[in-house]
Amino acid sequence: MTTEDIMPKLTKFVGQYVNINEITNDLDLFASGRVNSLFAMQLVLFVEKEFGFKVENEDLDYENFKSIDAILGFIQRKLAPAA
Amino acid sequence: MNFELTAEQQEAKIKFRKFVDKYVAPAAAEYDRHEETPMELINAMAQEGYLGALVGENIDPLTWGFLCEEVGHASGSLVSLLTVHSMVIQALVKWGTDEQRNKWLPYLATGEVIAGFGLTEVKTGSDARNAQTTAVQDGDSYILTGQKKWISFGQVANLFLILAQVEGKATAFLVEREREGFSTEPIKNMLGFRSAMLASLHMNNCRIPASNMVGRIGFGFSHVAGTALDQGRYCIAWGCLGLAQGCVDASLAYSTERKQFGVSLKEHQLIQELVADMITQTQAARMLCYNAAFLREIKDPSVIMETSMAKYFASRNALKVASDAVQIHGANGCSDNYPVERHFRDAKIMEIIEGSNQMQQIIISRYGYQSYITASALTT
Repeated sequence: MTTEDIMPKLTKFVGQYVNINEITNDLDLFASGRVNSLFAMQLVLFVEKEFGFKVENEDLDYENFKSIDAILGFIQRKLAPAA
Repeated sequence: MNFELTAEQQEAKIKFRKFVDKYVAPAAAEYDRHEETPMELINAMAQEGYLGALVGENIDPLTWGFLCEEVGHASGSLVSLLTVHSMVIQALVKWGTDEQRNKWLPYLATGEVIAGFGLTEVKTGSDARNAQTTAVQDGDSYILTGQKKWISFGQVANLFLILAQVEGKATAFLVEREREGFSTEPIKNMLGFRSAMLASLHMNNCRIPASNMVGRIGFGFSHVAGTALDQGRYCIAWGCLGLAQGCVDASLAYSTERKQFGVSLKEHQLIQELVADMITQTQAARMLCYNAAFLREIKDPSVIMETSMAKYFASRNALKVASDAVQIHGANGCSDNYPVERHFRDAKIMEIIEGSNQMQQIIISRYGYQSYITASALTT
């Protein structure tokens, strides 16, 4: 799945919780106080439902979730065929 | 959303009601007075498969809701057993390691192990992210120090999910009752939930294996507790629905039998007004619970917010309906000879646990403002 496939869905989801026009894709959503812990769980449910993979224990890395760019990279890595 | 129940769901609802009528309703007042839930009852629930229903997804969300509703119809205290036990199960199912799942889920499923959820402390309730309990790594172990309070079934649970700070980052751990340095202290004389066997948990240099960590450092509150609390709010919402329905049913029966001024209470229009509102508002709570069940079934991200709304509305309604039920019962409703007195006390607890209703209001209103902004952006 390409960036062009993922980004519209991702920004639409994030846009439900933050003003998407006011942020950059590399903004740390959590550190900037734009989202709360409930968003963290909603994000897990979103990527699992939308992209069809499970977020596992070992995926719990702040670098996977902190920004739109980070989430995009995480989704791409999870969808990438195993080497 | 389809409101038509499957044959299996209808059968399950009837089965739950029969179980509650046989094992819970007749003794709930006595358990409340003695501030205890006997192990025989917990074992009976376990034997029916109720405690472990969520292990292996053997039950759909709506049917699980019915279970909580039917139990809540007779006992708010017992709802809290389903709540905390399933909260820990859900956290382990989602974030546990294979080792943790293989070790604990079979025992949690059979009820051989009862789970407790250790988040709240003396000085931190809703502000759980700033809990004071600490976990310090020492080789392959963590050493936990701190206290937890108001832990439902803490008197009998033998496996606890504990939130602690690891270098200032909220982290979740499994702590077994028999660990050295771990002890519990019963809490008595509560307003409600008297048979929920509340306890304080004390961890005094309690050493546990590092492998007991659930999730990762820093993800204890947002993800592990977040998963548990979402489950908890779902159970409480349905339990509140049951409690309210129990009050409605009791009030319908009482106002039919009780005569004042030569006619049944139900003939008095002011009683009819109370009953009409009780029925309607409880039905509204039911719709929110059904909605949460539907979203849970399809795993929609909005289920988190919608469950919060269901918990908020259903618990507020439970207290209002219980209060009105006491009013209809008059002095009888103020005595423990009638269940509405206990429901009234338990309903107040429902407004506080698994995130106080003020916390629910904050997150619901924030969500509303953001939804407004998002909708406005789409139309401009």
